[in-house]
Amino acid sequence: MSDLAVDRSIDRSKMTVSDEVAIEISNMNKWYGAFHVLRDINLTVNQGERIVIAGPSGSGKSTLIRCINRLEEHQAGRIIVDGTELTSDLKNIDKIRSEVGMCFQHFNLFPHLTILENCTLAPIWVRKTPRKEAIETAMHFLEKVKIPDQANKYPGQLSGGQQQRVAIARSLCMKPRIMLFDEPTSALDPEMIKEVLDTMIELAEEGMTMLCVTHEMGFARQVANRVIFMDQGQIVEQNEPEEFFNNPKSERTKLFLSQILGH
Amino acid sequence: MTTLTDPPKESFRLSMLIYDTRYRSMTIQVIAMIGFLVLFGWLISNTAQNLQALGKEPSFRFLSEPAGYDINQRLIDYNSQATHLRAAFVGILNTLLVAVLGCITATVLGVIIGVLRLSKNWLVSRLMSVYVEMFRNVPVLLWIVLIMAILIETLPAPRAFRGAEPEATMKLFDTVAVTNRGVYVPEPLFSNSLGNISFFGEHSLRFDISLDLLAFLAALILGLFIRSKINARANALQESTGDRPRTWHLNLAAIVVPTGLVLFALGFHLGYPELKGFNFKGGTHMRNSLIALWLALSLYTAAFIAEIVRAGILAISKGQTEAASALGLRPNRTMSLVILPQALRVIIPPLISNYLNLTKNSSLAIAVGYMDLTGTLMGVTMNQTGRELETVLTGMAIYLAISLLISMAMNWYNNSVKLVER
Repeated sequence: MSDLAVDRSIDRSKMTVSDEVAIEISNMNKWYGAFHVLRDINLTVNQGERIVIAGPSGSGKSTLIRCINRLEEHQAGRIIVDGTELTSDLKNIDKIRSEVGMCFQHFNLFPHLTILENCTLAPIWVRKTPRKEAIETAMHFLEKVKIPDQANKYPGQLSGGQQQRVAIARSLCMKPRIMLFDEPTSALDPEMIKEVLDTMIELAEEGMTMLCVTHEMGFARQVANRVIFMDQGQIVEQNEPEEFFNNPKSERTKLFLSQILGH
Repeated sequence: MTTLTDPPKESFRLSMLIYDTRYRSMTIQVIAMIGFLVLFGWLISNTAQNLQALGKEPSFRFLSEPAGYDINQRLIDYNSQATHLRAAFVGILNTLLVAVLGCITATVLGVIIGVLRLSKNWLVSRLMSVYVEMFRNVPVLLWIVLIMAILIETLPAPRAFRGAEPEATMKLFDTVAVTNRGVYVPEPLFSNSLGNISFFGEHSLRFDISLDLLAFLAALILGLFIRSKINARANALQESTGDRPRTWHLNLAAIVVPTGLVLFALGFHLGYPELKGFNFKGGTHMRNSLIALWLALSLYTAAFIAEIVRAGILAISKGQTEAASALGLRPNRTMSLVILPQALRVIIPPLISNYLNLTKNSSLAIAVGYMDLTGTLMGVTMNQTGRELETVLTGMAIYLAISLLISMAMNWYNNSVKLVER
């Protein structure tokens, strides 16, 4: 595992955390049948925060961020995103989903649509943006992730790293205020991991609120302002990256860190 | 330093035909081809010799001789004095009729059942499972015979409709008569009919096409054309303003107005079946044999199509739905914009083979006395003329042609929805 995400200095001028609350989760619980996946989660995320969620597999970190845009339903507790409470009300769900972007481990691009169509589909059908404007926005973000020349290709014709960058651009086209990343680099070759992390760092530099489930500890050190460690459905420890890596409090965190940083 | 040069040229040896990978496959193919030609030639010469010994030269002259048998179910004019070719033509049209009707109903039923089988409602999905398992695990011949038996045994005879207090009454506001001799439905009639257009004059393959029908189709095509214009305009508006105007009422009018005008001009009215004496007269008579065959083939094939549709939808990874949801697309848009376009490419190839199966299974028609191609050309004609080889070979060629046409059309459609890979 690389300890450093990128070998460049990071521009921290816009990476400021405001007092405005973006996401508030209180006493949230979730079960899969009899299995208690998430236990009493309490988490407040301010606008502009960059949070990395780490933990062993099966600890519930993906489930946690998937609850934030209702890909998973929580059974107890409250989730409030940008002032809107997440309930079974379709209108609330629509509102939250239009403000929260998400990237997946396996990209989940639509293989029957071109890169450009992937990026314009939701703006046209959900935001009701005129097509011309949607295309302009899409090209703007494709340039930002450095693949405007692939706009008319199909996802199957791109490399994994390129596909993940398209997926990021596709989310950005909806102009979200919050971005969720569910292990965005786990399915990629080492070389491609770097290009995707680069894109994510640029996003952080612009002040995007980010929640990122990842095993890239270099990224966590350089970019995150808070690292959350989860185990068995609970938040075990959360701290600033410096403190978290150099001075972990719980035994479970120490063991986890020694295992992933040990070699 | 060494330089690589071309390997030394080997001179050709006979053993290379077997051991050299460059020639090996060619050698095997040549041997197989020779073997096949020898076998085929032997079959043909053997058949020809045996037929000669029996005094039966292969000949297709019987096709222009009078058939001498009646066919009750027919789409074109025919009587027992017509030729065997005419009888075969009646059979082909009957085969096509039941195949087309069957493919349409099987697809509609299959898609509904396939989607419902994925329903979260426990009762609905289980009921659909029972349907699928019941129909696909029993030979279709048994379903045909069973449905025929049910129609004949349980439905009232025409005489039950007679009298002041009849045992049976006509359905749907007295327009449809369901009897054990078949179903009588209203027929379309035109008081200002344009007549028919005839093809092939007095030839055995002659047929008429109603000009009224053509006029109706022309109006329908005009309506569809207007509709596509309306939708193109709606798309343009959506592109420039983002909002898609409501178009369903315009779309409806575009179809209804032209066709309605044509029907009105032609003096369209329905001819209702009426009980006259011991039987119904008027209306279109759908024979039990057609209904039983059509129903059984549709119900049976629908079970297979349902499984194909279900598999097609399940084959699209859950990630696609999740990505669409995360972008804010509602489930119905997700289905129409993301899932179905991808599912189609999984669904179509097996769907083609089910259409072909249905068409070929229609040859079981003879079990209920529906005179299709098998019943006429390879049934009565073969028995009367003793031309087994000629009739069977012709029949096979016709089924082959029909099947190839179906696959060609469907493959063309499949290519248009295929995914682009690297």
